[in-house]
Amino acid sequence: MNAILSLIAVIGLVLIPLIGVKGANLHFLFGIVVPYIAIIVFLIGVISRVMKWGRVPVPFCIPTTCGQQQSLPWIKQSKLDNPSTTSGVVGRMLLEVLLFRSLFSNTKFELREGPKLSYGSTKWLWLGGLAFHWSFFIVLVRHIRLFTEPVPAFLKNVEALDGFLQVGIPGVLISGVVLLLAVTYLFLRRVFVPQVRYISLAADYFPLFLIMSIAITGILMRYFLRVDLVSIKTLTMGLVTFNTKIPEGISVIFYIHLLLVSTLIAYIPYSKIMHLGGVLLSPTRNLPNNSRMVRHVNPWNYPVEVHTYQEYEDEFRDKMKNAGLPVEKE
Amino acid sequence: MAKTPKPDELSKINYTPPQSAWMDTPAELKEGNWCYGAKPKNLETLHFPNPREWRVQDEDWKLPENWQEIVLQGMRERLDKYRSFKVFMDICVRCGACADKCHFFIGSGDPKNMPVLRAELLRSVYRGNFTTAGKILGKIAGARPLTLSVLKEWWYYFFQCTECRRCSVFCPYGIDTAEITMMGRELLNLLGLNTDWISGPAANCYMKGNHLGLEPHTIVGNLSYMLDDIETVTGIKIEPTFNRKGAEILFVTPSGDLFADPGTYTCMGYLMLFHELGLDYTWSTYASEGGNFGFFTSNELAKRLNTKIYAEARRLGVKWILGGECGHMWRVLNQYMDTWNGPADFLEVPKSPITGTVFENTKSTKMVHVAEFTADLIKNGKLKLDPKRNDNLKVTFHDSCNTARGMGLFEEPRYIINNVCNHFYEMDELTTREKTFCCGSGSGLNAGENMEIRMRGGLPRANAVKDVAEKYGVNMLANICAIDRAVLTASMDYWVPGVKVTGVHELVANAMIMKGEKERTTDLRGDPLPGMEGNE
Ligand code: SF4
Ligand code: SF4
Repeated sequence: MNAILSLIAVIGLVLIPLIGVKGANLHFLFGIVVPYIAIIVFLIGVISRVMKWGRVPVPFCIPTTCGQQQSLPWIKQSKLDNPSTTSGVVGRMLLEVLLFRSLFSNTKFELREGPKLSYGSTKWLWLGGLAFHWSFFIVLVRHIRLFTEPVPAFLKNVEALDGFLQVGIPGVLISGVVLLLAVTYLFLRRVFVPQVRYISLAADYFPLFLIMSIAITGILMRYFLRVDLVSIKTLTMGLVTFNTKIPEGISVIFYIHLLLVSTLIAYIPYSKIMHLGGVLLSPTRNLPNNSRMVRHVNPWNYPVEVHTYQEYEDEFRDKMKNAGLPVEKE
Repeated sequence: MAKTPKPDELSKINYTPPQSAWMDTPAELKEGNWCYGAKPKNLETLHFPNPREWRVQDEDWKLPENWQEIVLQGMRERLDKYRSFKVFMDICVRCGACADKCHFFIGSGDPKNMPVLRAELLRSVYRGNFTTAGKILGKIAGARPLTLSVLKEWWYYFFQCTECRRCSVFCPYGIDTAEITMMGRELLNLLGLNTDWISGPAANCYMKGNHLGLEPHTIVGNLSYMLDDIETVTGIKIEPTFNRKGAEILFVTPSGDLFADPGTYTCMGYLMLFHELGLDYTWSTYASEGGNFGFFTSNELAKRLNTKIYAEARRLGVKWILGGECGHMWRVLNQYMDTWNGPADFLEVPKSPITGTVFENTKSTKMVHVAEFTADLIKNGKLKLDPKRNDNLKVTFHDSCNTARGMGLFEEPRYIINNVCNHFYEMDELTTREKTFCCGSGSGLNAGENMEIRMRGGLPRANAVKDVAEKYGVNMLANICAIDRAVLTASMDYWVPGVKVTGVHELVANAMIMKGEKERTTDLRGDPLPGMEGNE
């Protein structure tokens, strides 16, 4: 149900420019206005979201420790999994953000007669997640070509690397294909793993369909439907130089792609896709386990009601004396 | 009290989620899976809201008229006070990596025991009340209103989470469902919804200094029984001191070890070790609890109980504090105490009077873990040990959740065990260290009336013990936690009969050759030492 609703939403997004551009000639709206709005919504959203998170204090030092603590000098500390210094934390975060280290250690279990539980390592989610995020990133980097003139030299290298298979004309770029495969895997997993299906919301399917459709329209444009790259670049350059114009000859598939991308961009700050910002602020990962060495200060620490020793002694003085315990007041 | 099903029945677990979506499947509060509600007198002692007689199985929980408002206001406050709470409400992508990591899910198959869904129970209400999408789109956006049935579901499942943090290890964003459970329990407590097994001990801690409610003379009395036993076994008479001003070290340990087997043997281990070292230390009857049942209730109550430790250290004028074997006590000491009640600038950086080692890693809290202390002694050759005395034991070690994932105390206890025992075997590495499985009864769930869920939650740990018991003949499960000592005993009897439970310092005391001791024929439990079987 959640999946179907999301699919309908994305199909709707595809139809809008199809009708709007083809039928109503709203090129300016879909080529210029929508992307600008998307960017503005994105910027405001991201800034306000990060500010909302950042404003909330971190009252306690609560890293999840995944290795040996720093204690006696002859005991080897696990500096990355249980960091006690800033550099350790930076290392831990880098491994987390770039290589998904926690997911790498994923396990699965099996219950057999007996009962007998056994555990094994499972790397599919890690692999799928890594492929998805990295290919997405490379696709994004490749698109810099549309917004720069002259095109920076490093992009040539990225493209050369991306197209190292050297098949097809125009040459097949791996990243786009991997992105489509990975996002499909993530979708199928959501549908076919019963537990994951059970927890999935429309908000989980929607971005998957959205990204899937972005990848598909992108691939269609590159390999199957001839699009006028020169005009597209005129439009995109116009967007970054605030010199907006709508060149002739851009086919509707581009407008569909653009609306889908704009939707994604605007959707990011208000959705779970913000996890990319959240992981950096996650107190179980971004704090060092040094709270016995350095006092962590809680800005809202307040005095509390306590039961003092004096009250305790007042209640038990006789019993204490009888048991031979020292007391403050006779 | 519900009858607990037999192990073979309990281990038939169905992992297929129900047909109906989770939001359309109201929680059924099954007996054997929940604890009795807090009694009014305990809430009154603690000055907690809404003290009243109530029963979980009743329709009417006697909530205040405006209970929804209270909860939502409480949520708003906490979203502004805890970045963890706020961020964890927002960023879960429901990837499911945490789903099968919870011992309660593995043991029950109940999808709402998947950490992600446990968190969604609260997150759905967050969306419905605090996010624009949730307010407009409602259920499509995963939002739902806070109804009585939702509240009961919270109660049921936030007291089926032992705040063990195992899920947090596997989450790519470190989302810690324990943190969400803690918030959930705080919110429930605003309405007077606690379990009696937590509020009773917390009230005891508050008034009497320890969760068992041992009064000062009883503490002295209990210890003196142990001292008699020690004398019987070793011929040595020990005279510890209590509430003594001017001692160098204050020793604080969970009170469970003063009270019941097998924790008492661990306590005897401390007494013997400190005596042998001639340590200038004192017990306190006021700060006679290291454990903190407030931590299972609310941040504020945890702080109120924890205050006693520094207050007592200050009153007695000690130089530093030594802490016994306990799980959540050490998460509190490591991650909370100094923040709440520090700075402990009236204490000195702990230095072992025996080895001269300065515990640099504790230079702010001034509180050392007894396993760190003892490992240092052994490393410096300060103890005479005869591990052969433990040769009748084949030992494995259970990492407690809190010392594992809230501290990282892995090598110290292993180093000690390897020096005092000849036969030590590790369990499956996917079930130890940071991946350790909870005993199943932590965070205040060790009551009697919820035995079914305790045994379910205990299954993964027990099953890994069973594996080494079958492979290597392991017959002793060592640990460094007082709750473990109490509850793993029950879980072993249920799942792996024949395996006993011990604290690490019991093993130390058995192996330690004391000055002037008589020839020992039994261990601390009165069982014959290896080779002494005929001497009884
Ligand atoms: S692993 Fe983390 S992100 Fe994934 S479902 Fe669990 S809590 Fe959410
Ligand atoms: S903290 Fe432990 S008990 Fe709670 S949801 Fe996570 S794994 Fe389960």
